[in-house]
Amino acid sequence: MSRLMLALSALVLALVAAALVIGPANAPYGDSLAALFVDDGTPLTLVMREIRLPRAILALVIGASLGMAGAAMQGYLRNPLADPGLIGVSASAALGAVLAIQTGLAAAFAFGLPLAALAGAVLGVLLVLALAGPRGASITLILAGIVVSSLAGALTSLVLNLSPNPFAASEIVFWMMGSLADRSMDHVWLALPLIALGLALLATLTRGLDALTLGEDAAQALGVDLTRLRLTLVAGTAAVVGASTAVAGTIGFVGLVVPHLLRPFVGARPGALLWASALGGAAMLLAADILVRVVLPTKDLKLGVVTALVGAPLFLHLIYKTRRQMA
Amino acid sequence: MRNSRVITLALGAVLAAAPAGAQDGADTGVPATPPERVVSMNLCTDQLAMMLADEGQLHSVSYLSQQARGSALVEQARQYVPNRGLAEEIYLMAPDLVIAGSFSDRTTLDMLRRLDVPVAVFEPAGSLADISDRLRRMGEVLHREDAAARMVARFDARLAELATQAPPEGDRPSAALYSANGWSSGGRTLPGQIVTAAGFDLVADDFGLAWGGFLPLELLAMSDPDAVITGQSYPADSRAEEILDHPVVAHLKRDSMRGIVSDQDWSCGTPLVLDAIARLSNARLAATGARR
Repeated sequence: MSRLMLALSALVLALVAAALVIGPANAPYGDSLAALFVDDGTPLTLVMREIRLPRAILALVIGASLGMAGAAMQGYLRNPLADPGLIGVSASAALGAVLAIQTGLAAAFAFGLPLAALAGAVLGVLLVLALAGPRGASITLILAGIVVSSLAGALTSLVLNLSPNPFAASEIVFWMMGSLADRSMDHVWLALPLIALGLALLATLTRGLDALTLGEDAAQALGVDLTRLRLTLVAGTAAVVGASTAVAGTIGFVGLVVPHLLRPFVGARPGALLWASALGGAAMLLAADILVRVVLPTKDLKLGVVTALVGAPLFLHLIYKTRRQMA
Repeated sequence: MRNSRVITLALGAVLAAAPAGAQDGADTGVPATPPERVVSMNLCTDQLAMMLADEGQLHSVSYLSQQARGSALVEQARQYVPNRGLAEEIYLMAPDLVIAGSFSDRTTLDMLRRLDVPVAVFEPAGSLADISDRLRRMGEVLHREDAAARMVARFDARLAELATQAPPEGDRPSAALYSANGWSSGGRTLPGQIVTAAGFDLVADDFGLAWGGFLPLELLAMSDPDAVITGQSYPADSRAEEILDHPVVAHLKRDSMRGIVSDQDWSCGTPLVLDAIARLSNARLAATGARR
């Protein structure tokens, strides 16, 4: 295990601990952790086990999902602008989730919600890859992403506006920006199986992505099955993004920023970047979720707002650099 | 050419009428003679009007009053013509008095005033004390002062009777009102006063949310209230209401006074809140009686 991975793991562990002890209930840190492991009959155990633990777990696995999915897409398309949030996969997943909730599918069948989000994500990612072409040139990829993203976002708003529930329309913000507020262990069990499956699929891409840096012909000569690589990428990305979006809404920029920041540390090898980005993504989302709890504890500040505040300047920097390279 | 002239004329007429209408807006809405064809366009004024209007005096109520979700007087409301609060439909009903809530669409009310329809606007009741006041005011605008005075007397008497059943300070169980998005109402709101009148202390007041505010789920859990009172949920799922099914809320409701929901009787400042207080009071007696 490299020093980078050790450092990132330590950071993630520290942030998980912080996420568990920081919250509006404001109990002493030691008491909080004790109440997590030993049921002392006080309400603190309830808070730790039913509120903070699921929230920390979800931040961890969803951050890892978004980070790894971003690294995988960027590696496959050899394009630093690729990110499931940016190219509309998350927005399509959100549309699938909203449809499942409003049609009653989510209530009728336990895994209806994440599976519907997965279906939305698959459609989104296929549509974008089809529109952008196999090489995924920056301009066509971003344009296709914008179209799919806006269309899915608009349809999500439409579905929520048509809902007989008066609160539904105000939830457009949740689906566009994402939040982990008031999630429970039920949501963890809903999302975890698909996320685990997706991460396992994406992790198999290591060798293929490294080979792809030499170009498609060279990769094929090295024995990489490009069709299978593509299928695995689509399935893995759709599974992690679908399950994450189903329980936490659309959280942007994690998959864009984290691989970008970590790329220099792994010698620009996309294969090595996968797990590094998973850890980095987990750290970023845990930190963002701690921040929204500390800054505005009663307002449910959306996670996407924080990740965008960090991510948008970096994105602008990326575009600026790309423009200079093209000139 | 001809069309544009018609539009210009119409515009001119509206503009000329506007200043005159604006002056009428300052009146109190009390008609000089008893109104004979009254239209109410707000769920809460509907209920007050139905309780106090004379036979045949009330013509139309809002469509919301005919829907069981929010209305406490559905059956009674179905005897009247429903309206959706649109200026055009209300004007065509030829009312001699329109009763609206202060949250009714202002442009609609301004339009009705410009068309010389008397409009009485009611602020929503924000406390139990407001209810007598709104009853008297409704009596005034309908010229039914005697009926209103009798209803106020009955309301005050029953409220005082319920107050005698409430336990003394320090012996009151705690209750939290919890609704979508984690909103918790405090003692300066009508739902909060219903709960305190039934002999509970409000959790929201301990957190300085007397006017109501968002109470994080963690703080609700830590305050460990004796009763958690949630509202009825709307049709179709929403993330905002999902919090009411959270395992923490379910756990808090488990060993506290169960089955209490804030229903239609809670939504408006009318004498119907007395029934809500009585039900809540009985639930408290049943629970504390069993504990002793």
